[in-house]
Order: sequence, then C-alpha cells, then structure tokens
Amino acid sequence: MDEINNLFHGFAVALTLPNIAYMLIGITLGVLIGVLPGLGGANGIAILLPLTFSMNPTSAIIMLSCIYWGALFGGAITSILFNIPGEPWSVATTFDGYPMAQQGKAAQALTAAFTSSFIGAFFAVALITFLAPVLAKFALNFGPAEYFAVQLLTFCSFVGMSKEPPAKVIAAMMLGFALAAVGMDSVTGQLRMTYDFPVLLKGFDFLIAVIGLFGIGEILLTMEEGLAFKGKSAKLNPKVVWETWKTLPRYWLTFLRSTAIGCWMGITPGGATPASFMSYGIAQRMSKEPETFGKGQIEGVLAPETAAHAAGTSALLPMLTLGIPGSPTAAVLLGGLMIWGLQPGPMLFVEHKDFVWGLIASMYLGNIVGLLVVLTTVPYWAAFLRIPFSVIAPVIVVICAIGAYTVHSAMFDVVMMMVFGVVGYLFKKLKYPMAPLVLALVLGDMAEASFRQSMLMSQGNMSIFWSNGLVGGIFGLAILMLVWPLLSSALAWAKTTAKAGD
Amino acid sequence: MTTPNKESGDARTDSAATLTRGPELVVGLVLMAIAGLVITDSLRVGTGWGDEGPRSGYFPFYIGLFLLASSSVIVLSALLTWSKSKAVFATREELVPVFQMLVPMVIYVVAMVYLGIYLPSAILIGYFMRHHGGFAWPASLAVSISVPLVFFLVFEKWFLVPLPKGPIENMLGF
Repeated sequence: MDEINNLFHGFAVALTLPNIAYMLIGITLGVLIGVLPGLGGANGIAILLPLTFSMNPTSAIIMLSCIYWGALFGGAITSILFNIPGEPWSVATTFDGYPMAQQGKAAQALTAAFTSSFIGAFFAVALITFLAPVLAKFALNFGPAEYFAVQLLTFCSFVGMSKEPPAKVIAAMMLGFALAAVGMDSVTGQLRMTYDFPVLLKGFDFLIAVIGLFGIGEILLTMEEGLAFKGKSAKLNPKVVWETWKTLPRYWLTFLRSTAIGCWMGITPGGATPASFMSYGIAQRMSKEPETFGKGQIEGVLAPETAAHAAGTSALLPMLTLGIPGSPTAAVLLGGLMIWGLQPGPMLFVEHKDFVWGLIASMYLGNIVGLLVVLTTVPYWAAFLRIPFSVIAPVIVVICAIGAYTVHSAMFDVVMMMVFGVVGYLFKKLKYPMAPLVLALVLGDMAEASFRQSMLMSQGNMSIFWSNGLVGGIFGLAILMLVWPLLSSALAWAKTTAKAGD
Repeated sequence: MTTPNKESGDARTDSAATLTRGPELVVGLVLMAIAGLVITDSLRVGTGWGDEGPRSGYFPFYIGLFLLASSSVIVLSALLTWSKSKAVFATREELVPVFQMLVPMVIYVVAMVYLGIYLPSAILIGYFMRHHGGFAWPASLAVSISVPLVFFLVFEKWFLVPLPKGPIENMLGF
C-alpha cells in the first residue's frame, strides 16, 4: 500500500492553488492546440517548453502534461463537428463521429468521445500508479547492456508494428540516429559530421525537428485540401450528457478491450494512432451489427477514443521509469525533464519522489479537470474553427517560428525548422513514419552511450547481449519484433499455399 | 452532357498530376547521400577500438550502413516498379496551394534573419489575409498588427524571453 500513501502525498503536492491554475491553463491551451490544424500535442508542448524554463519543475510538468491531455480531448471536437481530425489519433473518431453529427446527434457523440477518453486515460493512470514503482525498482538493477536491449526493443517494435514499409521505418529511424550523432562526441570530445560548419557544432535539437515535422509539415499538408471548413454546431446541455452517460455502461466490454489495446500500444511504442485504428477495427469485428459502423454507431466513437487516450497516457510509463518515451509527445516531455536537470529513469523514483508522485496525481486531476472543461466549453472551441484558414495558417507559422527560435535563441534553428517542415511534408506523402525519426533523434545519444558502455564491459564482444536471461530475453524479443514483418508475410504465404494445396 | 464533361475533367487532372515515383526516388537518393556523408566521416574519426574503448565513429558507422542499406532498398524498388507505378503523389490542384504556402514561408524565414520577427510576421499575416482570405484592408491591418504585438507583450514583457529584432525595433529603442 506504499503506492497509495505516495499517491496521497502526490495529491497534496498537486492540489495547491498555483498548480490547479497551471492545470486549467494547460488544459485550455491543450484543447486549443488540439483543435487547430498544424499544432498538436508534440509540437505544441515543444513550442511552449521554453516558457516553462523559469517555473519550478513540478508546476511546469503539470502544466505541460495537462496540455497533452487537453490536446487528446481537443482532437475529438474537430473530428466530430468538422470531419477534420485535429490530431492523427482522432482520424478513426471521424468514421462514426461525423455521421452522428450529421444526424443531429453531435452532442451525444461529443459526450461519448470525452467520456471514453476520460475512462481510457483513467485506467492508464491507474496502471502507471501501480506498475511504475515496480518497474522502476526492477530497472534499478539494469546495466548498460540491459538498457541497450530495451532501447533496441523500442526501435525494433517500430519495425514490427508499423503499417509503413519496413525499409522506410528503418530509413527514418537511422536518419534520426545519424542526426543525433552530429556535433561533439560526449565521450572522446571529437567533432563528428560537422564538415567544418560551425552551426552544426551543437548538433540537431529534436525540439526543432518536432516543430518542423509536425507543425510546418502539417500546415503544408492541410493546404492541399483547399480549406472550406463546414462544420456542424453543437450545444451540450446537462440533460444530453446525462442521457448519453446512462447508455454507456452497456458498452463496458468495448471500454475494457479498448483500454487494454491502448495501454499495450502505449507502453510498447506503437502510439495512440495505431491503437485507435486497431481498437476501431476490433470493435467492428466483434460487434453484432458491424454494418452500422461508419454510419453513426456510438461504439465507433467510444472504441478509438478510449484506446487513443489510454495509449497517450501509458506512453508516459516507460518514459518515467526507463527514460524511454513511448511517443513523440512523451519524448518532448522527457526533453523538458532533462532541461530541468531531472534524469528520467528508475533513480527518479528514489531521488525525486515529490516530483514523480505530484505528476502522477496531476494525471488523475488533470483528466477530471479536462473532462469538465471540454464538456462545458465545446461551442467556444468550435467557433475557433470558423476563423478562416487564411488567418490561422500564417499565425501558426509565426507561432512555430517563435517556438523554434526560443529553444536556443538561434536563427539557424528557424531555418532548420523550415527544412524539417518540408521533410515532414515529403515523409508524410511518401509514407515514411515520423515517430521513429523523432525518437531516434531523442534517444540516439543515450542508445550510443549504453551500446559503447556494454562494448567496453565485454571488450567488444557482442555476446554480452545474451550473457544472462534478462538481457537475452529482451534482446531476443527485439530481434523477433525486427523480423516480424518477414515472419507474418511468410505465414500468410504458407497459408495461401496450404489453401491452394487443398 | 454532364458525363463527357466529367470525363474530360478527370483526364485533365490525370495528366497534371505528379506521380509518387519521382519524389520517392529523390528522397531515397538524398537518404543514400546522407548515409554516404555519415560513413565517410565515421571512417575519418575512426570506427575501431581506441586506447580507452570504442572510437567516435564506432556507432555512427553502423548507423550509416543501415541507412545506406534501407535507402538502397527504397531506391531499387522505386526503379524496379518505375514503369508500372501510377500512384499519384499530388494533383496540380493540390500542389499549387502547397507552394502558395511554402514560398511565402521561405521568404518569411529569410526576412526574419535581417528584419527580426515582428515586421515579417505582420507582413506574412497581412499578405495571407488580403491575398488568400479576401479580407478588406482594415481587418487585415488590425489582425496583422495586433498578433505580433500580443506576442511581443507575452514573450518580451511577461515571460522575459527575447525574440529576434531588426533595425526597426532598434530604431524604436528596444
């Protein structure tokens, strides 16, 4: 029951007046970010990160994580009312959410989306509460070889679980690692891949990459569609909310299944987007009336929203306990922690108890506050989308430029942001995944350090990666994930030939 | 009468569309070139074992090799399916607005280097509102002046984070 005690202590930390105010500011900014195209959880937090440098770390992380919850909630609003997914993970929500809005059931769809988001997140936070301390204690015994194996597993799971072609996943990931290696080598002090350009001495900051890839890239993509926002309006009154809530308990199995999918995909770095699609697909397959999906079935809103929120939340579990983020947004939060001098990983649970439990408690509170905020303020957010894109687009470009500049007060970063923006547009169009690129850029130095330390310990002998059961097991799992695309196509081939044989 | 019209419309978009294979090949080749840069420099700093352990190029060398291998697969498969691939990257109707956004953005960033952030931001917002949004002068001016002003107050006054300034701000004494 140590966790319960710690958690109550955490509530005491989070429930101070300034922290509740930061929570409200965070949620409001987050919903705004989630509603606007071109701004999302990852780049929104990256842009606002420099503003929090002067705040105390606990308040800062509470505000930043609340921006994340807000963005998760906000994505649903645009999907349902405008058929425009504000965030990639709310694409699946449009399938049934928008038809419901067209049938005049926008309020029900929104209530269902917000409530299921809340439920998904709540279970994921509960999972973090009880699993994180255990995992952190376990990870205290990790040596460099174990760390490298876990990092390898993270990257191999991208290859195994992405929808994108494996060659492109690997190429994007390796590009991230290569960019991470630019600059001074922290071990030998030697300059690498700078090719005598002084601006490259500092290397590439992943925050700039995130702002460019997800911000500028997204604006360029949105331009393609020519922008006529034609939205449905919605008024949420307590009666509709109550009526919808009464119908929800009968979908308990959908909630349970979607939460499980979401938590699994969040901890292994599948992320919220595939989780939402997978959950939608399974809900449809398991349904007694699959033909009603896509035509305004409330279950088609519940399933992806629950899974997306569960995944988005549980992505923080490996970030806090192992220092390995499960999503680009978690990576940005990790970057924030490191800037404040907090090294994420098992030692965080020993050395900064207040901080960790304050954060976990704020996840509970933030989601409750978030649910209340979105339920009461939906019409105002919808009004934001009625502002023409010709006003919103240049303003977002300006915001991205400010965000990129303030990270290091360097003009070169703004230029790099533009380059990453074009790369983001091309990668999105050519189906290169962006999450592995960002995570490799964040974890590159860490992965290299743990690899080199392992090699030092074994004098260059690779067998250190199967020298004991633990490291061997993780390493084996990583290799399995890496060859998974080959295995599954081999299985499919075997099946079709077996059928042909019949 | 509607059917032939529709067909000719479709044919026009087909001929004006950019196919995926071109950009696919270019991006693959750029990635191969980056892999080349990574491998060359890793060889320069040493990929082997130094006095106190692995040298600086030890890890990036393999990263470069993996990047070279994966981008070669992409380039090869683009070349092998070249004549068969008809996937559309974007139609002309889609690409035009993308460049209408991209070109002003590039000019904006270049201008920022010389003029600071405030004036170019005001011009960018004003240009989009006038040119693409069809707003009247008063509305365009009001928004394009007030947005940078708000950012000035929030960043420089409230959070004390300095933003890039140019000759005009210097003249005004900031």
